[in-house]
Amino acid sequence: MTRLATFLAALFFLAGAAQAQLTIEIIGGGANQIPIAVLPFVGESALPQSITEIVEQDLSRSGRFRAIFVGGVSPPPTEIAQVNFPEWKSRLADALVIGQAQRLPDGRFEVRFRLLDVPKQSQIGGIAFTLTAAQTRLTAHKIADFIYEKLTGERGVFSTRIAYVVKQGARFELRVADADGQNAQAILISTEPIMSPSWSPDGTRMAYVSFQNKKPILFVQHLSASKQPAPVANYRGSNSAPAWSPDGRQLAAVLTKDGSSQVYLMNADGTNLRRLTFSGAIDTEPFFTSDGQSIYFTSDRGGSAQIYRMPASGGEPVRVTFEGDYNVSPRVSPDGKTLAYISRNSGRFQLMAMDLDNKQVQTLTDGQRDESPSFAPNGRIILYATDVDNRGVLAAVSSDGRFKQRLGIQAADVREPSWGPFLGN
Amino acid sequence: MKKALFSAMALALLYGCASTPVETESKPAEPRAQAPGQGLPAAPPLATRPTQPPAPQGDPLKDASNSLSKRSVFYELDKYDVRDEYRPVLQAHGKYLAENRGKKMLVQGNCDERGSREYNIALGQRRAEGVKRMLMLMGASDAQVESVSLGEEKPRCGDHGEGCWSQNRRSDMLYGGEY
Repeated sequence: MTRLATFLAALFFLAGAAQAQLTIEIIGGGANQIPIAVLPFVGESALPQSITEIVEQDLSRSGRFRAIFVGGVSPPPTEIAQVNFPEWKSRLADALVIGQAQRLPDGRFEVRFRLLDVPKQSQIGGIAFTLTAAQTRLTAHKIADFIYEKLTGERGVFSTRIAYVVKQGARFELRVADADGQNAQAILISTEPIMSPSWSPDGTRMAYVSFQNKKPILFVQHLSASKQPAPVANYRGSNSAPAWSPDGRQLAAVLTKDGSSQVYLMNADGTNLRRLTFSGAIDTEPFFTSDGQSIYFTSDRGGSAQIYRMPASGGEPVRVTFEGDYNVSPRVSPDGKTLAYISRNSGRFQLMAMDLDNKQVQTLTDGQRDESPSFAPNGRIILYATDVDNRGVLAAVSSDGRFKQRLGIQAADVREPSWGPFLGN
Repeated sequence: MKKALFSAMALALLYGCASTPVETESKPAEPRAQAPGQGLPAAPPLATRPTQPPAPQGDPLKDASNSLSKRSVFYELDKYDVRDEYRPVLQAHGKYLAENRGKKMLVQGNCDERGSREYNIALGQRRAEGVKRMLMLMGASDAQVESVSLGEEKPRCGDHGEGCWSQNRRSDMLYGGEY
């Protein structure tokens, strides 16, 4: 019955989700921000949302840009020849975005924009999109991604998605939203807890832990929602901590069918199960490096909870953390250079970053209960769960610790964030 | 403990202990070696346990005066060992399971809300497994008891402080039909 209810809930897009969007509050500034002016796109009022506004918010939220005041320009230019460059130079803008939107005869829209270099008075790039009204937000995020990549040299993550768990009373929802917290959809609703959502590397499936059968069981759900979520590990004892291999073919997970919590590897459909660790201690929270060669995990085999690394095929683990007596939840950045994890320091749980080359450790957050870190696919931002006044909220910090923001939903507990992959990969 | 010792001895006798049976306890066990169903059943077993109220008027699992109605074990922070005060309760449940082989039990381990959710699943599992092992020592079989973890996901007490946390660091014993 619960299964059926869950399945039905998963089928329907929640129209009511709009009033429970994540709101974003920026609580720290970054250095060396690029001053950019995003001018209103001519004709964009025909679209359901303002593309200009979304692009400007995306760029500001990244911590890498500073939006320049664009008032007093009428009409806004749509071509490079119409741009008054000395004016923008005096307003201290380094980059300028101009564009326009128009309705096509078939009811769709065309949006074209140009990114301009103010000091050089030249065009850096530009794209034209054909879109339906429903694709307005996604198009805006793609424009922001283009600008971000051209000006920082790194791929933008504005058009990617995030997943998180919301607890409202006795109701648990696994939601997927745009990276800015908007456009949230519940892909699973349950009266029992949901935890540890993990995106498949191609972004089509989600592995998670459900308690709907009074114990932790591992499921994989297709986001297209045309298929019922399937249990991939439902062994005697507990089944938890799913982690995808980078090729999406395998899942590492923690099972207790042979006694203590140990790391196992299985095909993504749950077949071909084999055990990877043999400690008799707690081994949990496996995480693949993006080259697929190693698995990081948490173990108390040395007497306290510490992070270890082992070959992805199993083998002798090497201890990675040594400071303190509680270092958990290892996540390696996509470039393999940084290890993010949670450390207990004098009773506080904080997000740490270790440079894996020189083993230097930096404390990234100053919360009381920070947990569940998740790297953006470009490695620039780490999303994590924290709490404010005993209410769960999501927060993000740049991987250098300089820029912070919080994402919360009124009157709900938000937790267990997981950042999805780049689109079209 | 006494019960376990007795079972071990009975087992040793049953399989024919290799050592010379000089122990005095070997004598009363001898009549049991006879084929069952032969002659009248011996009366002594009833007389040997007068402490148990033989009245089956209610479910012993729900009778508040019976230690079988006690179902929870509580823990110190980061700890998973069963403290001595809970041994009589586990002994009663182990014995009950041994005497009722058809009964099944789910042991759910729980943690307080601090720390990693997944690590707390593992810690809760260790707590539940500790209870299961003690029940097996007291006579329950492996097949009768499943140990699972709820981690910090199903707190009994929802506030944030040690008063609450100490209630949430807990293993619960549930019999088939109760979950």
